[in-house]
Amino acid sequence: MEAKRKLIREDGKRLDGRKWDELRPISLEVGLLKNADGSAYIQWGKNKIMAAVYGPKEVHPKHQVLPDRALLRTRYHMAPFSVDERKNPAPSRREIEISKVIREALVPAVIVENYPRTAIEVWVEVLQSDGGSRVAGITAASLALADAGIDMRDLVVGCSCGIVDSQVVADLDDTEDKEGSGDMPVAIMPNLNLVTLLQVDGDYTRENFQKAFELAIAKGKEVYAMQREALTKKFFGDEAPSSAEMEESA
Amino acid sequence: MKKNYVVETIRKAQMVELLSRGKRLDERTPDQHRPITIQTGIIQKANGSAIVTLGNTEVIAGVKVATGTPFPDTPNQGLLVVNAEILPMASPYAEPGPPSEDAIELARVVDRGVRESEMVDLKKLCIVEGKTVYTVFVDVNIMNVDGNLFDATSYAVVSALRTAKMKKYVVENDKVVAKDEMIPVPVDRTPVSVTLARIGDTLVVDPNSEEECAMDMRVTITTDDDGNICASQKGEASTITPAQVLEAADTSIRIGREIRAQILEATK
Repeated sequence: MEAKRKLIREDGKRLDGRKWDELRPISLEVGLLKNADGSAYIQWGKNKIMAAVYGPKEVHPKHQVLPDRALLRTRYHMAPFSVDERKNPAPSRREIEISKVIREALVPAVIVENYPRTAIEVWVEVLQSDGGSRVAGITAASLALADAGIDMRDLVVGCSCGIVDSQVVADLDDTEDKEGSGDMPVAIMPNLNLVTLLQVDGDYTRENFQKAFELAIAKGKEVYAMQREALTKKFFGDEAPSSAEMEESA
Repeated sequence: MKKNYVVETIRKAQMVELLSRGKRLDERTPDQHRPITIQTGIIQKANGSAIVTLGNTEVIAGVKVATGTPFPDTPNQGLLVVNAEILPMASPYAEPGPPSEDAIELARVVDRGVRESEMVDLKKLCIVEGKTVYTVFVDVNIMNVDGNLFDATSYAVVSALRTAKMKKYVVENDKVVAKDEMIPVPVDRTPVSVTLARIGDTLVVDPNSEEECAMDMRVTITTDDDGNICASQKGEASTITPAQVLEAADTSIRIGREIRAQILEATK
């Protein structure tokens, strides 16, 4: 195979021109789907992901009912046309695992005790995929939950950091994810400063591990500001109160 | 494995109380793992095999090597596939059927540790670029469940791979031919997985079944020979504080060193 190409250019910038700690462009929109109780659409780099929430609703099959809380169901699914080579639409082992970790990342934020004997369904559909689709999916899914009016302790927001050319960088795109030497998706509840998803692969010294982890948290908080703006825009339109005004009323 | 049995509240309270004094119900300290036994070469028909016990948890890993075609995006690399099945005999709560979400997560987390540490040199598994490569399958049977399947499975996979031998293939007159010679599977690094569970506010190493029922969070961290971190996964529908992530990383690096020495000794 050809020699590994450099992912960081001579001028210290990355192949797409970003600085080491710079996020890709992100846009968020809440409430685009008509039928769903809540929905959110995220574009993050080349990622285009729709998240929808139905519920609280009756649980089928009934034996899955939890007597003291809601059952949260999640499905992360990639459309066959979302990647370079057509993906078989049947759920892969990767998608099953990601559905599980997304569920475990969202449940801590949802006050499931407020909805005993019900199901809350979260569907995450990746229409076009780029690096970091699971954290983008979580970011959209928590917005969709909020849009559905589900009681929550905090939003959940994710960001992935990693190692490229032996350097810690923020928010890997798909080239950096494939050709780099490490990917670390992290999701947090930003106001509570708690981590709800942590996955790591690659080669990290103890020092780089901490640097990447702390960078992912800091970058997640940046994305949180956009998340919050998208949510207030949905409910207040252009007359959305400023952050300062909201702090005051809270 | 799913937490589908209940630990009495009083027992859980006892666990938390003991942990506040640095003790566990089975008399271990919080950072002490259960005794590990590793026996290799137990299945003669496999290219490599190992039975590992971690306390009462018991798993068998078997390696089968064949030849096949490489993935189009990695034409000069062999294939490595780790798969795990929780047998119905392994626990009263296990059932036959297609792999559960838990079994898929288990196999993928172990696979990630082996893959990301670059334990197996996949480039050395190439026979004819783009056409023929060695395919290395590691299948794990969980025989008895008593918590911490992640680490037991990882030690079994690593031990089986370290002792695996495969048939040598060469290219003669543009044809791939099998030789009557066995060569070792090209392994280099030794990844070690260390799993911690949080009970109350304390992180404990290598939880048994009872502790898994009382834990609210699990985190697995895999380290390599240099003490670098090559894989991790947080589990359970709960949170972890940033400080606990770093604590878990340090514990895993430290405990991993001891366990690596034992694996190397058992597979030399």
